[in-house]
Amino acid sequence: MTDAALAAVDQKRLAVASQWQLMWWAFRRHRLAMIGLVITVILYVIALVPGFFAVNDPSKQNARAAYYPPQSIHLIDTAPDGSWSLGLFFRPYVLKRDPQTLAAIYTEDPARKVAIRFFAQGYQYNLLGLIPTTTHLIASADPNYPLFIFGADRLGRCVYSRIMQGAQISLSVGLMGVFLSLTLGVVLGGISGYFGGRIDFVVQRAIEFVLALPTIPIWLALAAALPQDWPAVLNYFMITLILSLTGWAQLARVVRGRFLSLRTEEFVTAARLDGCSEGRIIFRHMLPSFLSHIIASITLAIPAMILAETSLSFLGLGLQPPTISWGVLLREAQNIRSIATAPWLFAPGAAVVLAVIALNFLGDGLRDAADPYNK
Amino acid sequence: MLRFILSRLLWMVPALIVVSFMSFVLIQLPPGDYVTTYIATLAASNEIVDQNTAADLRSRFGLDQPMIVQYFKWITGILFRGDFGLSFEWQQPVSELIWERMALTLLLTFSTLIATWGIALPIGVFSAVKKYSIADYIVTFFSFLGLAIPSFLLALVLMYIAAVQFGQEVGGLFSEPYVNAPWSFGKVVDLLHHLWIPVIILAVSGTASLIRVMRANMLDELGKPYVTTARAKGLSEFHLLVKYPVRIALNPFISTIAWLLPNLVSGSIIVAIVLSLPTAGPLLLQSLMSQDMYLAGAFVLLICALTLVGALISDILLALADPRIRLE
Repeated sequence: MTDAALAAVDQKRLAVASQWQLMWWAFRRHRLAMIGLVITVILYVIALVPGFFAVNDPSKQNARAAYYPPQSIHLIDTAPDGSWSLGLFFRPYVLKRDPQTLAAIYTEDPARKVAIRFFAQGYQYNLLGLIPTTTHLIASADPNYPLFIFGADRLGRCVYSRIMQGAQISLSVGLMGVFLSLTLGVVLGGISGYFGGRIDFVVQRAIEFVLALPTIPIWLALAAALPQDWPAVLNYFMITLILSLTGWAQLARVVRGRFLSLRTEEFVTAARLDGCSEGRIIFRHMLPSFLSHIIASITLAIPAMILAETSLSFLGLGLQPPTISWGVLLREAQNIRSIATAPWLFAPGAAVVLAVIALNFLGDGLRDAADPYNK
Repeated sequence: MLRFILSRLLWMVPALIVVSFMSFVLIQLPPGDYVTTYIATLAASNEIVDQNTAADLRSRFGLDQPMIVQYFKWITGILFRGDFGLSFEWQQPVSELIWERMALTLLLTFSTLIATWGIALPIGVFSAVKKYSIADYIVTFFSFLGLAIPSFLLALVLMYIAAVQFGQEVGGLFSEPYVNAPWSFGKVVDLLHHLWIPVIILAVSGTASLIRVMRANMLDELGKPYVTTARAKGLSEFHLLVKYPVRIALNPFISTIAWLLPNLVSGSIIVAIVLSLPTAGPLLLQSLMSQDMYLAGAFVLLICALTLVGALISDILLALADPRIRLE
């Protein structure tokens, strides 16, 4: 925490501030981390209720809209007689074929105008998986002319809505995977750091071994072992399990390091002399003092998980369609021909990059803020 | 020093045994075996294989024996005869298929390592010396971006730009006439012409994290009194940097090989698949898909073993450079 940050808060408040308050004050001064926090929160809200943010049904195919380009959206409408009106609208594209090459050409229809409405009615979905509703953040006023903000893919499915839907799986894989690796990491790292000696030696070697292995060939081999016809939920769970099988080592190392450095602290010795049980020492005395570090490491581990899921699904060994995740969506952009005709198929990639950057900034800020005595 | 190297070498033995066993178990995991897949492929073209033929095939490939027996046969074959078994799909010994691809993989990884260092080192030093300047912020921004872009996405975008802007197909490591040609001087030159694209793509993500490491190390060193002393003695700024702080800041750099290498190898597999390079990646994926287990196993084993060897080399280098480590 910088001097400036310390000076910014009232001295009296500083003296009685809890560790979490100190962290929050330090964190707030980290501008990039705050931006990261805002973006992360927005993304996870989208992941929670993707249907609300989607415009069209993400699985609905539309033969008349194959490779429909991103819709240009207008704000001001001018009529030939000089009058004008204000309001978001779009002019749907009309499909024509090039007479020679038969390639699809989409041109704006100047005669038609479809308004864009907020909090309007669209396709039906289940809010939080429970409440059926038809309200969407954005919707086309005329259901016959769907709005394709980021265009449509090979089968005429709305890329934008699919990215929103994909956020749910891609972002939750990160959380689930980190949760699983954290469980493994805390148990093994905790045992190793707390008891030390021979157990520590064995766990240490195991961690080093796992860290020294390249993950992709192992993930590929494990993922190839999953039967293709498994139900989507089981497949999803197995993929996160596979990812966390190698992800735990990093977290175990962090936990072990903290345990080792805390073990010799006076307050731990004091607790032991007071006759506290091992469990109470670990959970009541040691855990709170390095929880903030663990949270920071977790935040930095999530983007790695997201990237891993994306890579696996992209190679066709991760999640399988019709499950929608960012990696599955990027498979559409796999061959040069489809990305040459439809560069907007890269859009899920931009979503991945945005999420990973935001989480990295957030994690960096948390790590800096986690140590109030740092600088 | 010798003791350190010896004990480190001894550690490789159990590690390699575990890796070999793990590779074998991994490729055994998929339900069914190659014969099942083979029958399914034949069934797709309306050919029917009866039970006896299937059993014959299984006993010919040794697939009917218990796993541990198969493992021992496999590993002793590799150790004593350099025999990695038979690729079911290609009907060729695995060792004929893999060596050229492994050599190219090694070349790709090694070039990327050099490129990563070559880019990260000067930039890291620069952004530490010019701390909080505009250039430093730009570098920081790009290194975060480099960390966030998955390498396969970068490969795709480059392919797109090359195809649309320059009308060129990016992919492979050789031009048309050299693909099946025997090795010659021309082929090597051609390889170098193609190699830089995957190298750059792979270097980007590694560079990003290394720049941050280098910058942090340099910042720790720059404030120390010996730097001021050197400056007071009248050393030119460049001379001073190269002679003292850079050398010390480099130290943790060597140790990064150990964690950079697994990432590089992983990244190179995906990028190779996207760009269809004749390295281990595409063939590994294909063999995993068709359950060609000896081929897949050989790749997983060799890739993991080579990465472990890389970590070993980096440990020894580090001990050579830093006496504190070998005395521990």
